[in-house]
Amino acid sequence: MEQASVPLQTAPGERTVSTRRRARGRPGARLAWIGQGFLLLLAAVVLYILITNLIKDPPLFAAFVLSGLQLGFVYALIALGYTMVYGIVRLINFAHGDVFMVGAFVSFYAVTRFQLHIWPAAVFPGLPSGLVVVIGSLTVVLLSMIVCTAMAVTIERVAYKPLRDAPRIAALITAIGVSFFLEFFGALYFVFSPRFIPYQRPFEVVTWYIKDGIHLVQAGQAPPPGSITFSNIFLIIVAASILVQLVLQFLVRRTKIGKAMRAASFDKPTARLMGIDVDGVISFTFAVGAAFAGLGGVLYAIAYSSIWTQLGILPGLKAFVAAVLGGIGSLPGAFVGALIMGQAEALTSGYISTPMRDAVAFTILIIVLLVKPTGLFGEAAGEKA
Amino acid sequence: MSVNLGFIVLSLVKIVAILAYLYGLFWAMGHANRLVKVAGVVLAFGIIQIALSVQIGETQILNDFDRGLLFQACTMTMVALGLNLIYGFNGQFSLAQWGFYGIGAYTAADITYRWNVRDARGLLVAGIGVILGGLMILAVGRLVRRYQGMPVLSQFTLYLIGSVLAGAVAVVIGNVLNPLLVPLFGTPDAPGILASPAVMQVVFLLAVLIAGAFAAGVSFLFGLPVLTLGSDYFGIATLGFSIVVQTLMVNTDTILPFPEMKGGRGMIGIPKLTTWFWAFLFLLAVIVIMRNLIHSSTGRAIMSVREDETAARAMGIDVAFYKLFAFVMGSFFAGIGGGVYAHYIGFLSPGTFDFLVGFNPLIIVVFGGLGSMTGTIAASFGWIFFLEGLLRVLLSQMGTEAPTWRYVLYPITLLLLMLLRPQGLLGNIEWGFLKRPAVALRARAAGK
Repeated sequence: MEQASVPLQTAPGERTVSTRRRARGRPGARLAWIGQGFLLLLAAVVLYILITNLIKDPPLFAAFVLSGLQLGFVYALIALGYTMVYGIVRLINFAHGDVFMVGAFVSFYAVTRFQLHIWPAAVFPGLPSGLVVVIGSLTVVLLSMIVCTAMAVTIERVAYKPLRDAPRIAALITAIGVSFFLEFFGALYFVFSPRFIPYQRPFEVVTWYIKDGIHLVQAGQAPPPGSITFSNIFLIIVAASILVQLVLQFLVRRTKIGKAMRAASFDKPTARLMGIDVDGVISFTFAVGAAFAGLGGVLYAIAYSSIWTQLGILPGLKAFVAAVLGGIGSLPGAFVGALIMGQAEALTSGYISTPMRDAVAFTILIIVLLVKPTGLFGEAAGEKA
Repeated sequence: MSVNLGFIVLSLVKIVAILAYLYGLFWAMGHANRLVKVAGVVLAFGIIQIALSVQIGETQILNDFDRGLLFQACTMTMVALGLNLIYGFNGQFSLAQWGFYGIGAYTAADITYRWNVRDARGLLVAGIGVILGGLMILAVGRLVRRYQGMPVLSQFTLYLIGSVLAGAVAVVIGNVLNPLLVPLFGTPDAPGILASPAVMQVVFLLAVLIAGAFAAGVSFLFGLPVLTLGSDYFGIATLGFSIVVQTLMVNTDTILPFPEMKGGRGMIGIPKLTTWFWAFLFLLAVIVIMRNLIHSSTGRAIMSVREDETAARAMGIDVAFYKLFAFVMGSFFAGIGGGVYAHYIGFLSPGTFDFLVGFNPLIIVVFGGLGSMTGTIAASFGWIFFLEGLLRVLLSQMGTEAPTWRYVLYPITLLLLMLLRPQGLLGNIEWGFLKRPAVALRARAAGK
């Protein structure tokens, strides 16, 4: 830098050392307004687009917001796993998105091949059909969660644990490797096959519309113009996501294992000295995160009804961005971040440009990290080596 | 399967021969005698050229398939060397390399494609844009350096405004100058001076260099804010960059104003100008530039950033500058590789630049050994000839799932390598020319 920069800023031999120092010493912080102005301009443009569209067609805007909410609550389920794992082992668990994908596929096979969603009707023929659907669907979800948990713990033991003391990038590359393996092993014909597979839902999607009260949308009938529609899967996703958030809050704040998790994320050697089984805590964290990713996978598949082996990549990445946005390591942060990401994606594809919705996610990531590196809810922990 | 045995043996012989060839080349280039150096390079060029063109009886020594592998290996080496500079030598975990490779490929392809259809705007706009952009970076850099600790976002805004202005001016100038050049192309019946093959070769050279410079410029703009993030975040942001670049490629004809790139259908009709001469020349240039860079004081500064940023800063090294410098240089190499690739394959589709494929150079760099140029070069050639050549042919005879199986095997090997030999296959071994020139440095120091 010495050779490169000095001749550029001072004519050789003309200025004395003191003037050069003075020339250098102008505080650049005064120019922060340039960057802030740029961001404000960007925000103003975005707001302008949104507000004009809101005024033009409020029901359409509401429809985009609802679809964004649905997406956001699914991202929240994935983001929780990212944020917990990163909070404890400082590893971007790339394979998390693929665990999400496996969750979707497990439920697909459970429903299509084994008819698991109607088992109560087969075992207890007299059961009312509503109860059958509820119990059956819960079983499917539970099965997916269990399989995902088992898989995540295996991955953690086989791939990540031996690298716990290696440089962090080595673990990151390993995580990418695991993610690749899951995607392409799944793409083999005797596993999941590389095709897009239409997903058979364990229960029917019912849609309502709001216009002068709530009405049911009849099959083969379009809702009247100017109405807002929502479906039962939307309600289920919202309820599940909020429930999971509450459960996790309870787990982390009130239980013994939660205390151990917080201790391990704070300082692993000290936690070990205090008699905490840190490896067990890490495995438990992976397990909990994977269980919720599996749940998210099932709900995502039901909502969007088409699955394939690379399904998890982009939701996984966006959920990670959401976790960073909210402040990595913070559970409410991941939740809020995911909702913001969902809105950003839905509104971008609605009003700016559908293909650029991924670009917006990463632009948000970069801007947030530059403006507030700790995220919205993050603690100023910084990056531990 | 019995037929394949001969093929396997032949392929393995080819891989060993290629590695021996590389060893010989670097040995000759590292020789003290200048005559040996020149003779070695010329010989190395000649051997392959002869093998490509001479026929013995019915068979060619290197057939078209091998030719394709060879060019692919050359481009992959350039891309992987660039990544090794960023990640191996400077320690910045970047996944954007494949995006810059794609940017380079599309830029170079657009320039020669337009030239082929008697339109000089591609060359003019890109060339003038790159030059103006470079001047703008120097000018704004001078302004920024007057202030101490200017927030990175403000710097970025200034550079962004500057590059938008430079681009706009370049477009205006290009559109003004283009009508002056169009008559020189002549008509298809009577080709003018600019349509001659010799001019085309020059345009190709310029196109590849401009592609590299353009990729470098984009990497400068992108790297400036993003390199200040932490290592993991930088990795994710660069991955996002690759995804965004691919999205833009799919929409070159809708979002971007380039109908000739034909969006997701892929760009066809790129003149196939890459010959062994050009591939060899560019590869050699990249290797020499990178080797000299690594063994200069700049290279030592770059490596010190990898070892310990705090200590490097304490030694008076401008960490942010060297991170950006390594990133820009690495992207420059990737852009050049992209330009060479586009003119060898003659067809560009966004699928080639999918970010999943983009992990290949990363895996090559990790395989060959971080911070080992020899490792990267050998791994690139071995990778292409083994996985793209041998394994592709073998597996395709076993079923339709060949590509998928290859991608199942990569990560497993990667995992095993990470667990068993994290320093890479070749570790810190360097061959001949690529070794640290200890004697020369000491002699210079004594001379002072």
